[in-house]
Amino acid sequence: MPADLDQLAACAWRIRRLALRMGEVQGQGYVGQALGYADVLAVAYGHALQLKPDDPHWEGRDRFLLSHGHYAIAHYAALIEAGIIPEIELETYGSDDSRLPMSGMASYTPGMEMSGGSLGHGLVIAVGMALGLRHKRNPAFVYNSMSDGELDEGSTWEAAMAAAHHGLGNLVCLVDINNQQADGPSSKVLGFEPLAEKWAAFGWHVQRVDGNDLPAVLDSFNAARALEEPMPRVILFDTLMGKGVPFLEQREKNHFIRVDPPEWQQALQVLDRTQPEGAPA
Amino acid sequence: MSAVADKKPKLTTSAMIASIASEGQRVKAAPFGKALVEYAASRPEVVGLSADLAKYTDLHLFAQAYPERFFQMGMAEQLLMGAAGGLAKEGLVPFATTYAVFGTRRAYDFIHQVIAEENLNVKICCALPGLTTGYGPSHQATEDLAMMRAIPGLTIVDPCDALDIEQAVPQIAERKGPVYMRLLRGQVPLVLDEVPGYRFELGKAKMLCEGADVLVISSGILTMRALEVAQDLAKDRIGVAVLHSPTIKPLDEAAIVEAVRYQHRLVVVAENHSVVGGLGEAVAATLLRHRVQPAGFQLAGLPDAFLDAGALPTLHDRYGISREALGARIKGWLG
Repeated sequence: MPADLDQLAACAWRIRRLALRMGEVQGQGYVGQALGYADVLAVAYGHALQLKPDDPHWEGRDRFLLSHGHYAIAHYAALIEAGIIPEIELETYGSDDSRLPMSGMASYTPGMEMSGGSLGHGLVIAVGMALGLRHKRNPAFVYNSMSDGELDEGSTWEAAMAAAHHGLGNLVCLVDINNQQADGPSSKVLGFEPLAEKWAAFGWHVQRVDGNDLPAVLDSFNAARALEEPMPRVILFDTLMGKGVPFLEQREKNHFIRVDPPEWQQALQVLDRTQPEGAPA
Repeated sequence: MSAVADKKPKLTTSAMIASIASEGQRVKAAPFGKALVEYAASRPEVVGLSADLAKYTDLHLFAQAYPERFFQMGMAEQLLMGAAGGLAKEGLVPFATTYAVFGTRRAYDFIHQVIAEENLNVKICCALPGLTTGYGPSHQATEDLAMMRAIPGLTIVDPCDALDIEQAVPQIAERKGPVYMRLLRGQVPLVLDEVPGYRFELGKAKMLCEGADVLVISSGILTMRALEVAQDLAKDRIGVAVLHSPTIKPLDEAAIVEAVRYQHRLVVVAENHSVVGGLGEAVAATLLRHRVQPAGFQLAGLPDAFLDAGALPTLHDRYGISREALGARIKGWLG
């Protein structure tokens, strides 16, 4: 388990690169999210999660639920980085009969714990899994990863109440706050602030950090894990869509990015200029 | 007392908790809760969840017997189904209970996506099926079978009485994959113990009595009504056969085809559900696909309408599923 920041930075860079390459396969996709969330995924898969890459169903593993199934491209990149799926499969992304469909599904992909995509499902499932793990006296953690748009869904708050009521200290919720959803900025679609106060009022241990500040992300994962109180933990990550590729960061409509073929190469070149030392592509 | 008050007609009313049992009918209390407690004694993986209706789905008996295996989810049906899915992912066998309207209408996406799409081992047991409460459409689950039949791979059970329920519980528990069961709770009628040799078998329809003029294919409490109607019509020398099909999906097509083919009798499908999308349409499609032409075919289900609030006996009469009303409908169809 490397907690070394240089290694994690390299991991995040590779996740971005893998995601861009998958986006190139289809010419479009949720690339902005993948770039923005890469630092969080790097810490999750490069440091926090207890996993056995060659045994994705190992009973002792930490469960990572991708509630926002449309982040599949980002998750596949992390699963490739973690050694759970081979890099060669990247070229099949979104193609017929691929194990890597456009939206994440448990029955298709090793390491994918749920079929996401219908939003607001992850946290309710996570409550059941956390109850189940505790019932079995299995010390593993459940990490539910979700988007800020899923804060609109009532089920998210049903689960938030239940997790606190049942004292689920083995549950960590990760929220990617990039302030972008299908119809525009999340804050304009359905305002959800003040978010930290809301989760705290629901009985959760709350941290809010810059999701692109790698040391801060690392610290937040460690703090969530180390907390001894029997209460669920949430980490609110403010992230920047398209992070790492400036011309994508500035794109106005970057919820679902369509990129012209030459632009993919351009994006990769821009990203490659930020290649951390000692990080082979 | 004033003269006006004296002239007021006595109004018929019905509490929501009204029993579906007729007066004087033999009943068994809480067959689901008791059967689950008994089954779970040797099955530590069985857990129970409720959405603030444990007492009204007889799951409170399970909660009392195994408090560490009972999870209260509050009045939150999306959470109920999602968490049941999560527990199943961890190898447990969750029985999730609430009312049928809330479980199906409110949490459909969670049953569809979390539970059924991943073929998780969740048993969804929902009380107040069809027209078993007078509380109006908010509580009357007259469309649940239509909705649930549309979900691929979901097993659906509509038991008739206490015997069906207590025999169904271990069988649905042992069936790998998701099951939706319509639940009769509280004082539940007991009638099938009078049918010689009857046993609930998941996936099987059973001929309960024979008759040359009419074949009633039924599920749920309408099988009980059909048996009563068979007795009544026998007095008029009308022979009524009753084929009980408590498994709605997968449907016992072989038994249905066998019962209809080569027999020149009116086929009536009786169900405690809207005529849209329930057992009736499933049977009709089955017969057409097998090129079996009955002498006549009628649906004795609930109308495609939002039903009235009121007393259950009144409503069963009004919508044609009481003993008298069903008998009259069948006689009318016979001409």
